Amino acid sequence: MEPVEIGLWGVPLAILGGAIRVSTPFIFVSLGECLTERSGRINLGLEGTLVFGAISGYAVAYETGNPFLGVLAAALAGACFGLLHGWICKFKGVNDIAVGIAMMLFGMGLAFFFGKPYIQPQAPDLPAIPFGWWSDTPQVQAALQVNILFILGAILAVAMAWMFKSTRVGLTVRVVGDSTDAARAMGINPNSVRLLSTAAGGALAGIGGAYLSLYYPGSWTEGVSSGQGLMAIALVIFARWNPINCFWAALLFGGTGALGPALQSVGISEGYYLFFAAPYVLTLILLIMTSSPDRAMQGAPLELSLTK
Amino acid sequence: MTPPNTMNRRRFLGTSAMALGATSLGLAQSAQAQSNLTVGFIYVGPKDDFGYNQAHAEGAAAVKAMSGVTVLEEENVPESQDVQNTMESMINFDGASLLFPTSFGYFNPHILEVAPKYPDVRFEHCGGLWTEGNPTNAGSYFGYIGMGQYLNGVTAGHATKSKKIGFVAAKPIPQVLNNINSFLLGARSVDPTITCQVIFTGEWSLAVKEAEATNALTDQGCDVITCHVDGPKVVCETAAARDAFVCGYHADQSPLAGDKYLTGAEWNWASIYTDMVSKTMAGAPIDNFVRGGLADNFIKMSPLGPAVSDAARAQFEATKAEIIAGGFAAIKGPLKDNKGNVIAAEGQSFVETDVAIESMGYLVEGVIGSTS
Amino acid sequence: MSITFPQKATGSPVAAQLVARIALRAEAVLIPVGALLAGFVAFSLFLLFLGKSPVEFFALVWKGGFSSAFSWQNTLSRVAPLVLAALCVALPARLGLVVIGGEGAIVLGGLAAAVTGTLVVGLPSAMGMVLMAVAAMCLGGLWIGAIGALRIKRGVNETIASLLMAYIAIALLNHFVEGPFRDPASLNKPSTAPIETALQVGDMPFVAAHWGVLAGIVACLLCWVLIERTTIGFAARIAGDNVRAAQIQGLPVSKLVIGFTALGGACAGLGGYFEVAAVHGSANASLIAGYGYTGILVAFLARHNPLVIIPVAVLLAGFEASGGLIQRRMDLPDATVLVFEGMVFIIILLSEALYGRLRIFNPGLRGAS
Repeated sequence: MEPVEIGLWGVPLAILGGAIRVSTPFIFVSLGECLTERSGRINLGLEGTLVFGAISGYAVAYETGNPFLGVLAAALAGACFGLLHGWICKFKGVNDIAVGIAMMLFGMGLAFFFGKPYIQPQAPDLPAIPFGWWSDTPQVQAALQVNILFILGAILAVAMAWMFKSTRVGLTVRVVGDSTDAARAMGINPNSVRLLSTAAGGALAGIGGAYLSLYYPGSWTEGVSSGQGLMAIALVIFARWNPINCFWAALLFGGTGALGPALQSVGISEGYYLFFAAPYVLTLILLIMTSSPDRAMQGAPLELSLTK
Repeated sequence: MTPPNTMNRRRFLGTSAMALGATSLGLAQSAQAQSNLTVGFIYVGPKDDFGYNQAHAEGAAAVKAMSGVTVLEEENVPESQDVQNTMESMINFDGASLLFPTSFGYFNPHILEVAPKYPDVRFEHCGGLWTEGNPTNAGSYFGYIGMGQYLNGVTAGHATKSKKIGFVAAKPIPQVLNNINSFLLGARSVDPTITCQVIFTGEWSLAVKEAEATNALTDQGCDVITCHVDGPKVVCETAAARDAFVCGYHADQSPLAGDKYLTGAEWNWASIYTDMVSKTMAGAPIDNFVRGGLADNFIKMSPLGPAVSDAARAQFEATKAEIIAGGFAAIKGPLKDNKGNVIAAEGQSFVETDVAIESMGYLVEGVIGSTS
Repeated sequence: MSITFPQKATGSPVAAQLVARIALRAEAVLIPVGALLAGFVAFSLFLLFLGKSPVEFFALVWKGGFSSAFSWQNTLSRVAPLVLAALCVALPARLGLVVIGGEGAIVLGGLAAAVTGTLVVGLPSAMGMVLMAVAAMCLGGLWIGAIGALRIKRGVNETIASLLMAYIAIALLNHFVEGPFRDPASLNKPSTAPIETALQVGDMPFVAAHWGVLAGIVACLLCWVLIERTTIGFAARIAGDNVRAAQIQGLPVSKLVIGFTALGGACAGLGGYFEVAAVHGSANASLIAGYGYTGILVAFLARHNPLVIIPVAVLLAGFEASGGLIQRRMDLPDATVLVFEGMVFIIILLSEALYGRLRIFNPGLRGAS
């Protein structure tokens, strides 16, 4: 496989590859948060869950030699964080946003605390599926190395959208998210639904973390997440609580994130900090364009403290 | 920054550094020998990052093995008010009398602020910023690691098939630019048609962006990659996974890249730190401004990897011997920067000890990238 | 965010009311203190589980953060940016806005101060200092005020907008510090030109902490007066509770939102000014220290009450001041303090469920848990 001269084609290719490689944690965290927020609660602590998922996944993968067990462990750890958040927030008078921020600190603290011995060892990586087999170009092959978690994330987005739309579970979550009183009247216990939604959201965020440490960038360092968890929560609002939109928003964010390095690699290198800000600027512009004072929070769960 | 007087780096490890004019700038304040010394090391990141901080922590570990020395360490100390507090805390609570705040940004304003308050404590800063007029109980040391990157470049020049090599860099500062230039010039000593693509990530530690940069470089056909970021772990692993060769930096990263690892430019702080500590214990002065290269054990090279060819090995060893002999210049005329300006005219050269190198603001011809 | 206590007087009205008032005051103090102690107990269990001594740990926290003049200096020197960043969260929160991007206003405020510092050379130093602070506050105020304006005029969610704008602000800082405003002499640490010594903010007398601490405390007091003792603050509280009611009453909700967000941003910008003028001496990447994010936690723990922000910030700063000692003496990783803070704060937040529920503080309450 001799490298092929691709020149400027490197930019779209990098955006495609970047969208696939970088977006997966955003997909999982934002889908998890989407579920939680649809139930009427916000968990701002998913950055901590993500980082703790990264270390627990890495540690278990290293100790057992099996990266899939790592993903499982990360999901379990994430669910525990979600359960804790959900349990604390069921008490009246407790502010879910504040608890989320404290949980973020706690999750990152625990991750760094127990992560020290795992900075040096190398855990096995998650396998990828070579969707680029048809191409002779190694760069295309590399860009189309699609991790199984990415595919899972795509399926999950569709499944979650279908769940909200046409299943009893989805309806229950939506009712709880829109009106605690209506849910009670229907005989649903809002606290239990929110507890489970937050736990499931946490589990998804944990998987997102395992992707970071077990696939891309694929190692455990204390800087493994640079705010992806926090940003993914913002993407949920951007995506207006729609799982499919969450998926596209994550792709957009991952793809534009690859723009900075890719432009430099083809020689466009002046002002690279501004290119690095591209995902944020683009998201902000789209956000401003799609907002309007009349339909300020279209699609927002009515019980959400963030938008009340 | 006014460049400090250059001095004979060899004398540093010798005991009679007093003779040199430059050393009279400021002698270590302590006169009497100490039987028990508490030494503090402060790191900007985790001390096992396979990189900058690990290199210093390995030096600290060597000091720890000395008798009569207590070693204090603190990780993840930001270059803010925090480091001032950490230094003062080490002095006030634990009686530290020799401090090694190792991150570049600790010096100005933080060491300059704290050092005058504690005249009996010695502050040794890595990065080489001390100038006349700064507190005399502070000093700085640094190594000519650009030469290590030059040797990296020699192995890279032999290993590359595409004639394109890549560099993942944090910020366009003189130390980094010197490494990039040296890396390419080393490779060009093998084949003058080689080019080097550089990508700046903008941060000292940003895992995902480092991985993206490495991927972008391999996408453009770069088949040997090195870097200058705080923790080269991600770059090394990503490059090796993309089937590119890797040259290490800061510490030994050979476990991360396996057969793909050619060699690496490493710090050798153990020899420097043990020397400084034993001098302090003996009551001997330490120069305020200390420099050294391969010959003085400030830096070392990782053992050559299995992919290094015999021809490469031969040139590597020959160049290394030339550097150790002294007076070696990577930047020598005729040489232009990548914007076409002349940096060195025919016959002009900048040896590794030349202070002009420390304010380098250009990328040499053949480097694809921009300094701003 | 306002808390209403049930005030059901029973029996002799005067005596009972007095008892009820004392009980409520006691509640406001004893619940957080009790929660703090509970947090200590929880963390002690964590340490015991790891085979470390909780006694040693808390002795070190005391020693590192609060025991001596030096410890207090260490603690107080961290307070200024925390307090000012917390105000950037607390002020908009009184109107029901969750702003989490104060970091952006801090770094841009610092940049504005440093750049102004290079322009005011030749002016009397007092005037120069004021101009620097004003520039920092204006840019910070504009940055966060724009978020308020976007919210009220365009319906853009302020939480996500502020987060995005924080990242953009950091990119701008990096761009300007390494590009147009870079001091050519700042070789390996790209920075703006250092401000003159005369423009630097020094330490206060008796405490070795810079004047920013006092400025932060004064800012908290002023904000408290604004919220609790002025008609503007009263209007803001009404709008925070119920926007529609406020609009019906003819309150200028738009102006309030923009004004409070801008004021919050100005506070954070002032924090950036002190980081430059009192700590760093120039603007560079060290300004990105995460104070903006820690400030969110401080504000929420203080329940957006500017007066409570001060002790919360001191507590947090004290914990952080002891981090080094704990790392060195107990052979625990640096993240220990993070775990400790997380645990304590979760429990403090959990304790908010107890307000108005405990019979001992609420004599009128029946069948309380």
